Amino acid sequence: MEKLIIGRSIDVNEEGFMNQFSQWTREIGEALALENNISLSPRHWEVIDYIQKEYKNDSPLSIRKIGKSGVVDIKEFYELFPDAPLKTATKIAGIPKPVSCI
Amino acid sequence: MANQLVKELDLKSWNIIIIDENDKHYYQPGFLFLPFGQYKEEDVVRPIKEFLPDEVTFIQEKVKTITSDKNAVTLSGGKELLYDILIIATGSRIDPQEVEGMKGIEWRKSVYDFYSFDGAVALRDKLIDWEGGKLVVHITEMPIKCPVAPLEFSFLADTFFKKKNMRDKVEITYVTPLSGAFTKPRATKKLEYLLKEKHIHIVSDFAVEKIDNENRTILDYSGKVVPFDLLVTVPTNKGSQVIEDSGIGDDLSFVPTDKGTLQSKVAKNIFVIGDATNVPTSKAGSVAHFEADILLENVLSFIRHEELSASFDGHANCFIETGGNKALLIDFNYEHEPVEGTFPIAGIGPLRLLKESRINHFGKLAFRWVYWNLLLKARPIPFVSSKMSTAGKNF
Repeated sequence: MEKLIIGRSIDVNEEGFMNQFSQWTREIGEALALENNISLSPRHWEVIDYIQKEYKNDSPLSIRKIGKSGVVDIKEFYELFPDAPLKTATKIAGIPKPVSCI
Repeated sequence: MANQLVKELDLKSWNIIIIDENDKHYYQPGFLFLPFGQYKEEDVVRPIKEFLPDEVTFIQEKVKTITSDKNAVTLSGGKELLYDILIIATGSRIDPQEVEGMKGIEWRKSVYDFYSFDGAVALRDKLIDWEGGKLVVHITEMPIKCPVAPLEFSFLADTFFKKKNMRDKVEITYVTPLSGAFTKPRATKKLEYLLKEKHIHIVSDFAVEKIDNENRTILDYSGKVVPFDLLVTVPTNKGSQVIEDSGIGDDLSFVPTDKGTLQSKVAKNIFVIGDATNVPTSKAGSVAHFEADILLENVLSFIRHEELSASFDGHANCFIETGGNKALLIDFNYEHEPVEGTFPIAGIGPLRLLKESRINHFGKLAFRWVYWNLLLKARPIPFVSSKMSTAGKNF
């Protein structure tokens, strides 16, 4: 479905995850973060950059993996993206919801 | 695989060896029924040798390492075996040490698992005279073997305590790292309704940080706290130690595997089947069974130096016990999530997909017979093919 954000139209699924990563920009990321009551700090961006890099390498993401990435530990990951950090962080990063849950 | 390969390979030029540290084979789906006394120990265990064809050599020993660039398997006693083709079927295991405090002083006192034979038996002994309180059924992290089993455990517990006339003394809470009851949206909707009906509370998006043995609580990273009197947890599931020790696994020691061909990404002459793979479908017995047909074809193509043309579709088929002698059935693959319909014969059934029924429950119980008598001997299940059929399904 279409969603309007900062004056641009993006394609999202019913849970609000972007369907086309190519539509993502840093500004859209910031706007998506604000919708989740998060104001992105440089630490947030380090995590988002890591998540996008893994996504581009086709490498499956999980909370465990992020905790062992050396970028952030799980405790801080939760502080940065409260409640459901993997879902929130991937949503902001413009990539599909991880399927670490089969 | 061995039972199929002996029929397909020329045994004058091929030697099939099976290595297993265990001489017993467990019917793992039966572990679910052990804690409630519905199955006994002898129902779920048989000697491996009963199921092996005479033509294969069986070595009962632990494998220490797999060295793919030498095509070698080293046994714990030091002996080295060379292979032309290796099929890894080392499964998955629980590792309670992954969570702080899980294997603490309360382990097997008020903290139990039912994913191991010992754990399921110990839990049964505990439940015999447990007086009630807060029962917490908990999943540590995904993926886990048979992802519906903890839900089934909750449903069966509801029936068990009702039968013992003590349901009012037991508060059941289902704690999951997922956002809902199951991994697939349409099945989740159906299953959440059942949780409500059975008065089972659900705590979702719970990423456990540690278990506090003293206060009997489980804590998550975001600060959620769930108290328990009896914790039945599914610890982190990992691949076999040998995968980890050989450096051929991912961060949970599952072997990176092509999800279509089932060839490993470690080496072209290594193939993987069952829970040991990292393919994105459920870790379940039905999956391993369906994979076997695909793997057989591809191993034979590999031997003939042909392209691996058989492709696994992620087909999984699971009965879900819902308590009260009823069950649901789900059938899905990489692409299609479980939906309602009829199975295995389109329009007829007799089994109903994603709907509770008694016949599904008898299907589940009959499955133990199917497992011992058809599956392990590589005989086909009547009407059920390794590729998922879309006929009779309401997409």
